[in-house]
Order: sequence, then C-alpha cells, then structure tokens
Amino acid sequence: MSYELVFDVKRGDFDTAGEASRKIKRTLQQLGVSNKVIRKVSIAGYEGEMNLAIHSSGGRIVLQVGEEELVLTIEDVGPGIANIDLAMTAGWSTAGDEVRQMGFGAGMGLPNMKNNADSFEISSKIGEGTKIVMKFFV
Amino acid sequence: MEKLLHSVYLDEEKCLGCTTCLRSCPTGAIRVRGGKATINESKCIDCGECIRICPHHAKLAKTDPLSKKDNYQYTVAMVAPAIIGQFKPKYSISQILSAVKALGFDEVVEVAYGAEIVGQALKYEYHAKRYPRPLISSACPAVVKLIQVRFPELTDNICRLKSPMAITARLIRKRIREEGIHKNSDVGVFFITPCAAKATMVNNPAASEYDKYDLIDGAIAIKDIYSDIARLIGKCPHQEGLHNTTPESCTWALSGGESDYLKNKNVLHVDGIQNVINVLEEIECGKLDTIEFFEGLACIGGCVGGCLTVENNYVAKMYIQDRAKTMKQTSIIHMSDEYVRSVYNSGMMHIKERILPRSPEPLDQDINRAIEKMKQIEILESKLPGLDCGSCGAPGCRALAEDIVAGKAKEIDCVFVLKDRVRDLSVLTNELLQVEHPTEKPLIKKEEM
Repeated sequence: MSYELVFDVKRGDFDTAGEASRKIKRTLQQLGVSNKVIRKVSIAGYEGEMNLAIHSSGGRIVLQVGEEELVLTIEDVGPGIANIDLAMTAGWSTAGDEVRQMGFGAGMGLPNMKNNADSFEISSKIGEGTKIVMKFFV
Repeated sequence: MEKLLHSVYLDEEKCLGCTTCLRSCPTGAIRVRGGKATINESKCIDCGECIRICPHHAKLAKTDPLSKKDNYQYTVAMVAPAIIGQFKPKYSISQILSAVKALGFDEVVEVAYGAEIVGQALKYEYHAKRYPRPLISSACPAVVKLIQVRFPELTDNICRLKSPMAITARLIRKRIREEGIHKNSDVGVFFITPCAAKATMVNNPAASEYDKYDLIDGAIAIKDIYSDIARLIGKCPHQEGLHNTTPESCTWALSGGESDYLKNKNVLHVDGIQNVINVLEEIECGKLDTIEFFEGLACIGGCVGGCLTVENNYVAKMYIQDRAKTMKQTSIIHMSDEYVRSVYNSGMMHIKERILPRSPEPLDQDINRAIEKMKQIEILESKLPGLDCGSCGAPGCRALAEDIVAGKAKEIDCVFVLKDRVRDLSVLTNELLQVEHPTEKPLIKKEEM
C-alpha cells in the first residue's frame, strides 16, 4: 500500500509557502511515522518548497509514503542549475537581496536537504529544470 | 486520573451546543454531540480559548474556592505577578498584597520572587548542553502541552527549569519547615492564578508530567476573589514590607518578561496561542535557526491576558509597566548571584524527567491500514462542501471526514449531505408516484382531463 501527496508551487508564491510542509507533517503524524523522521522530512520539504518559490520557474513536490521508506521528489521546470557542486556548497547562493531580506538565501537549502535525507540525488539541466529525489527510511 | 487531565470543563446546563467554540480550539479537541459541547481530554491543553469565546459562559475552569483554606491551620497565598495589573497604580503593590492577606491568609508571598530566581537561573540553564536550539521557555503550561501534542519533535528544546510558582512554593515550604513552628501538613499553600493551565498543574500534579510536586494545596482564580480584594484594598490594615521583588520579575506577567533576562541573546517572544503555533511551525521546519531562546505564551499579552483575570489585558499591561518603572527602591530586593547559584545548584529547580511528546494517535498502528484510512478520509472530504460551518458538530469538513473514518460520526451529520439525500429521496418519491399500479384505479384528476 502506498500513498501520495502532491503540491504545486508557483514562483514567488510566498503566501502559501510552508503550506506543503505543514500538510506533509500532519499527514505523516496521522500515518504514525516517527517524530524523528517527520522532523527530517519537514525540514527537507520546507527547504524544497522555498527553493521552488525563490529560484525556480515553478514546480511540484511529491511525497510518496511506503511501508519502508518515504520518497520526497522536488521537481521544477527551470531554469536549471549551472554548477551543481557549487550549488551544494554550504553558504553559496544566487538569491537576490529581496529574498535575503525575507530571511532566505543563506545558501543552506540544498546542503540542509542532503543532511536530513537518508539518500539524496540531484540532477539538473539548464533550460529544462532540476529534479531532487530524497529518501527517508521509516 | 484521566478525568482530571485538564481543568477546562463544561457547564452542561449553560451550553446551547452553538458551535462557537469549535473553531477556537487550537488542537481541535471540541465536538458538539447530542446538542452539547464535549472536550477530548487527551487533546485539551488548557489554553482557555474556549472559556474566553463561549457566549453563554458554559466553559469554565476548575479552581478552588477561597473557603478551601479553612481546612488548614496556617495559610499562605502565593500571588501570580499578573495580579498587580488588576488594580489601578494608585494602589501600591503592598496595598494589593495586604488586601489579599486580609481575605484571611496568614502570609502572602509574591510568585515574582520565584520568577526573579528562575529568570536569573535561566542564564545558567541556557548553557546546558542537552538543549537543541532554540531553547524554549517552559513558563506557560499551555504552550508546553501544545508542544507535546502538536510539535512533539520540539519537546527536547523545552527548558527544564520549574516554574516560578513551583520554586516559590518550595522555598515557602522550606522556610516554614526550618522555622519549625508549623507542621507541614497543617500548612496550606494556595496559588492565586490568572490561568486555567496553572490550575491543572496545582490540582493534578500527575497531569503535568514535567513538574511533579504536591507543594501547593489549591488554585484560586483571580476573578473569584477580585471583588473582595477591590472591597478591601486601601481600607484594610496596610502592611509595609510585604512586597519585595524586582521590577523585572513583575513584568514576568507580560510577554517578553522572561526573555528580558537573556538580554544579550537572540530571543523571540510571542503571545496568543495562534501566533505561538505559527512561530513554532517555522521553528519546526528549521527556518528560525538564528533564534536562541523562544518564549511563547498562550494568552494575548502574556499572563495578564489569562482567562481567569478581570482587567482588560492591555490596561493590565499598562498598569504593570507603570509600576515597574516607578517601583520604590526600598521594596526592591537584591538577589545576589551567589544566592541564585546556590538555589540553582541545589537541583531543586530542575524537572528531573524528560518532557515527553503526547503525540495524537495515528489513524492506525499499522501503516498500511493507516494509509487506507487516509485515502478514505480524502474521498469523504472531497464529497463534503468545504465550508467548515461546524453544523455537524466537528470544527471543519476534514475533521468530520476523520471522525467518520474513526467511526465517531456519519456522513449525514453534514446538513448539506443530508439535504442532498432528502432531494434524491424526493425525486425518487415523485417518480414512484407517477408509476401506475396495475390494480390502481385511475386518479379522478386524470378522468376529468
């Protein structure tokens, strides 16, 4: 038995930012997932959600809940990351002043996701988009 | 014991089942069943929101009557810092305390005294290695319960210093024991409370797992003795020297009062239960990682906004700030760092046990069955109107869908679903009426046509 939650996130949509992570948290609590795992998924999910709102041209968050693992996929439709290694460096960010003003853009998004997930895969193509697949063991 | 998990309760005679309270509850603990509100005791955090909002005053807090003190030979009233916001600043704090004493107590002690100790000890506790950041204040019992129920991942962040109320009570008991005049069991210590959650801590120490003690014999609501104090204030024998605290400890009743003790840290103080929830959500997803100390108080304005107070919370705040500014130097105690450190090191200030989550039950212990139920909930929710009107007795359509799957409600509890069913039925009834039965005589009307 598996279960899927899907959220579309628009660029610059700060009104609803955080809603996906909140819904994910509540759902996982109801499914009886341990608090420790929920915390990791919440953090990674929130970072992903903010990344979509800040950097992407829009994208989608998909959470798949299975008996053994949770898979969190964050996929966008562009613009793509030119240098993934650089983007994965703690403290490195392309965020503009406006976004930093809001408390984001510290360059910790991707490293935070990687640190919280049990497995982390990222692929990106300029002009096409970025896809991140994170797994969390239940 | 389960029955006493909290002190908010319902006066069934006054409750009209009006559903006003349903959506005010931050944990979704209320349902209307059989025309009366019911409170799910495992979800209630004693925040008092329903007490404040109920238009029929049917929600109450279980507190003790003043007469309970008559069971003891020697009585002590411990007053919450919030009390000094209840009376105009033209009355001195000593006059307020004298009036409380004149209600028939042998002693009156300010909980602000314990607050000063806790506030100063917070500077040491802050550096204890066991806490993830931010350190979260344990001052508001409703917020501690909120975290246990809704933010279980943050329970390790909660400061394990006992409350000013508990510290004050222990110091009173210790002094009386050392004086050796009264037997411990003859002494009755009463907390004069602005809030329902504190009353729970007093009346059922076992319910407050994070602060086990039985040093306090009762909790008396400020509003229950307000008029008596108002009658006596300025008229009863006035005793100087009753009041000895610091301006800082008096502002403990206000949001930010505790945070002020950690002046050089990044502190965030938030009041009002919904605001506290919003900020805890941000803390939980790691957004506020620069915050070092978080003080959340369930009531607007802090303890001055407690549901057992009388004065408007903003007015009370003004009175307290006014008093703190003009407090006479003679009544300010100087608590030495050495003294605070000795109390801190004695171990009496610490909650020994870990503060554990009280996570709500999952839909099912088996994840596959839980997923199955989650899908049923979503299908049901999609069939409901999404108005969250509360007519079904649940706080919203999602909650109704969850209740149905849990076997605690029916689809036709929703008036809109019920109306649809009635419409379907009436269409069917009409259709059936049109059918001519073989043995039925034609209707007269038809003959005429």
